[in-house]
Amino acid sequence: MKKIFYLISLFFSMSITLHAMTDEEKGYAINREVERRDSGFGDSIHDALMVLRNTQGDESKREFTYKTLEMTGDGDKELGVFHRPADVKGTAILTYAHGLKPDDQWLYLPELKRVKRISTVNKSGPFMGSEFAYEDIASWELEKYKYKYLRDEVIDGNDCFVIENIPAYEYSGYVRQVEWIDKTIYQPRRIDFYDRKNTLLKTLTFSDYNQYLGQYWRAGKLEMVNHQNGKSTSLIRTNYRFRIGLTESDFMDSSLKNVQ
Amino acid sequence: MLTPYTRQILQYSWWTVILSVLLVMAASYGIQFLDFKSDYRMFFSEENPQLLAFDSLNKTYVRDDNLLVVVTPANGDVFTKENLVIAEKLTKALWQTPYSIRVDSITNFQYSHAIGDELFVEDLVRNADQLSVQQINEKRKIALNEPLLINRLISPDSSVMGINIVVHRPALDQDKETTEAVEFVRNLVNTLKKEYVDLDIRLTGSLILDTSFAESSKHDMATLTPAMLTIICLTLALFLKSLWGTAAIIAMMVLAVTGAIGLAGWMNIAFSPSSIPAPTILLTVVVADAVHILTGYYSALELGLNRKNAMTDSIAVNFKAILFTNLTTAIGFLSMNFSEVPPFQDLGNITAMGVGLAFFLTVTFLPALIMLLPLHKGRTGIGNSRTLARLANFIIDYRNTVLFFLVVITIALIACIPLNELDDEYVKYFDDSIAFRRDTDYTTANLTGVYRIDYSLGTEIEGGISDPTFLNQVDAFVQWYRKQPEVMHVYAVTDILKRLNRNMHDDDPAWYRLPETRDLSAQILLMYEMSLPYGLDLNDRINVSKSATRVTTTLHSISSQQVIDLEERAQAWLAANTSAIKHSGGTGATLLFAHIGQRNITSMITGEIVSIGVISLILILVLRSVELGLISLIPNLIPAAIAFGLWGLIVGQVGLAASVVAAMTLGILVDDTVHFLSKYQHARKQLNLTPEDSIRYAFATVGSALWITSAVLIMGFSLFAFSSFKINNEMGMLTSTIFGLGLFAEFLLLPPLLLTLESWKSHLTRSSTYHH
Repeated sequence: MKKIFYLISLFFSMSITLHAMTDEEKGYAINREVERRDSGFGDSIHDALMVLRNTQGDESKREFTYKTLEMTGDGDKELGVFHRPADVKGTAILTYAHGLKPDDQWLYLPELKRVKRISTVNKSGPFMGSEFAYEDIASWELEKYKYKYLRDEVIDGNDCFVIENIPAYEYSGYVRQVEWIDKTIYQPRRIDFYDRKNTLLKTLTFSDYNQYLGQYWRAGKLEMVNHQNGKSTSLIRTNYRFRIGLTESDFMDSSLKNVQ
Repeated sequence: MLTPYTRQILQYSWWTVILSVLLVMAASYGIQFLDFKSDYRMFFSEENPQLLAFDSLNKTYVRDDNLLVVVTPANGDVFTKENLVIAEKLTKALWQTPYSIRVDSITNFQYSHAIGDELFVEDLVRNADQLSVQQINEKRKIALNEPLLINRLISPDSSVMGINIVVHRPALDQDKETTEAVEFVRNLVNTLKKEYVDLDIRLTGSLILDTSFAESSKHDMATLTPAMLTIICLTLALFLKSLWGTAAIIAMMVLAVTGAIGLAGWMNIAFSPSSIPAPTILLTVVVADAVHILTGYYSALELGLNRKNAMTDSIAVNFKAILFTNLTTAIGFLSMNFSEVPPFQDLGNITAMGVGLAFFLTVTFLPALIMLLPLHKGRTGIGNSRTLARLANFIIDYRNTVLFFLVVITIALIACIPLNELDDEYVKYFDDSIAFRRDTDYTTANLTGVYRIDYSLGTEIEGGISDPTFLNQVDAFVQWYRKQPEVMHVYAVTDILKRLNRNMHDDDPAWYRLPETRDLSAQILLMYEMSLPYGLDLNDRINVSKSATRVTTTLHSISSQQVIDLEERAQAWLAANTSAIKHSGGTGATLLFAHIGQRNITSMITGEIVSIGVISLILILVLRSVELGLISLIPNLIPAAIAFGLWGLIVGQVGLAASVVAAMTLGILVDDTVHFLSKYQHARKQLNLTPEDSIRYAFATVGSALWITSAVLIMGFSLFAFSSFKINNEMGMLTSTIFGLGLFAEFLLLPPLLLTLESWKSHLTRSSTYHH
């Protein structure tokens, strides 16, 4: 009961402050609140299943485990380990996100038994052949975008802020995104991606939200539809665990060989 | 029955004119829905199995409709700072092309290289303005040694470069989308040309092909139809010797043509280069009806009848012939519905509708209008011609010799039909007046081909493309293909894998080979894909389950038969040398066009048999004689056969047009026969003349008329020789040859045949009387 009261009062105080702002400030403020609510989780791990579909109706599956270490003052560190398809089993990708600077990235190829540092500014290409780009999956950092509040809108029964995000980092595949942020849980419900010629490219919808540690909301299902090529990808995230005691030593390029 | 009807029409001539004009105007109102098709796929029916195979490939990978911008710098070398700046700028600007999903050029080529354990994946040329001469030379070396670039986006002498834009139209309003994309690129190119005056820029690709179809249609519509109308005006004025009469007929024909186009609009039939001849053909084939009515009317006036009686008389005399000749013409065009090629169905249907309208107007609007026009006189018919009389006598005297020579020549020419080779090279559909043809020829000569064959090489297993055996066989196929003389370029993922394998081994050239294990291939592909930017991924080369890969071969400008032969060799090679590859035929627009001629002929054979059947039934009915009906088919079928024989001897190559001309001309040719034979029968039965005298009579009465209608037909159809579109061009030349030959057959072949038939019949009657 106390909590509800707290939420309601917070909501009202937010809406009062939001009124006096420009759309840009309002957009930023909402996203700062998103960041505030999501900070402090420490570390997390989950399993991911990707189902890729082409217009022919063919399906293909990818599986990986994803670990995140929350960093203060810099972007998060992330480690993905692939399980499926079998021929890439054990391949691991380590990323140090850096907000506006290009991320650091290493890949471990079990067949070569070597860690390779990848030097590229590209993160807009398809992630494992799916309709997700790496930039869609990588950790979100507040300073990566310029924001503009557009309007309020109810989608699928959820009251949302609609905000335009303009990538502030170079080499994004998008000229802008339009994001629906749920007013209750301060998490995205939907993102429309616009390509460099400003036409709608993809729509990502988030569903099956669960709350962890009484605070952190995570979507269990992400559905990406590419409007231009008709292909789509579902990303199912299961088995979320938080604060399992991951440390920086688990996210070292030298430790990549031992991730199995 | 007929006369009371005519009297009503003439009685209420105002009403008749107004009502018929209103009716036609309602039909013409459909012109606002008129559309021009701009999609090369219009030539293929939805059931075409080759189109289905091509669509399935497109769905598995990416449909690669494209625009290719071909840039030739004046200094003859792409690798200068200034030219690379242009290339980089243009590449970036072209990403703004509406519906584009991918842009490839030498500047944004994703060049991968390694330093120790660090892998770099980056644009081959970025910030060109900051490059040193040495760096530029380095880029040149990389580009010219890159199998993915050379002969595709850069010429081996580095004088010409290409920027390829893949466009994915949502197809909600595809013609509009095509125009949007093409206009955008054209404007961009024009702006660039203003800035860099000595830059040579050309455009080709499937979207330009699509646009060229629409542009060629509009061009033909704007030139050929008015030209035909002018020719007809002059011919009519000269022939009828009456301005009022000419004006009346022209008014009627304009109504018929606009009505037919309007009906096409109502029925959502979009015009295409192959259906654009419909209005012109219509003008040509319907003029005869009106002339028959008017000459009949003028001669009745001459005999002293009043206007109404003269017209009633003329309609009574001509109605049957007009009805049946229109019917056979319509049937000939309707039989084009059997065609495999939808635009030919459209051509047939639009013309057939127009013929129907023209018939309607000939028996309503035209006679009523004449009543409203000032009383005037014109030519009453065609007088006897001495030349024709001499011709008749000559044929009668030397019938056996004439017949013998004709049979020999016919057989000899028919034997030449197999000399025709089917050829549908879609670039050559257009003549040099169309920019697409010039630019594509330039591109093929200087950079890369536009003819392509696509292969999807697969395994049954998910992820199976990483299997070393499979990859080695794909590579062997690629190497085999590169050795074929018809081939300019082969685009395959194996080249990328070899380069990546080298990158993984400190860029040691000795490792420029396919990875040895399946897992390694899969892992380095995963790594590479992770490093690619938006739009430049491998999804156009590898399917989602990584069980199949696409190999694209680019060919020189070669004939349809050479394309088919090459593909057959490729299939034979695959069958003999690969065990790990799931078999798949080549596909793509080039092969679709290469096969369409044959497919269309096969489908039209049924159409022609049906139309021959129906038309001969009509002939039997009209002539009320089975043997006359059947014998009259001979002079109508032989001209087409001879024309193809001649064509085989003189030209040798024939495209899509070939398959429809026979069906199209048959319905028109029989008109002459109907007229000739009705006169002949009239002479035999009513006038009780001998067969020889009946022939003379037929010559004298309809000979000149046939001469003139044939002349109009030949003029009308040979106009298509001026079309910029080769299918129409060939159709025009073939049909006008057929009409010319048809006239000869009517004069030279039919009479000897009739005489032979008569002598056979009398022989039979005599011998049967003898036996009794």
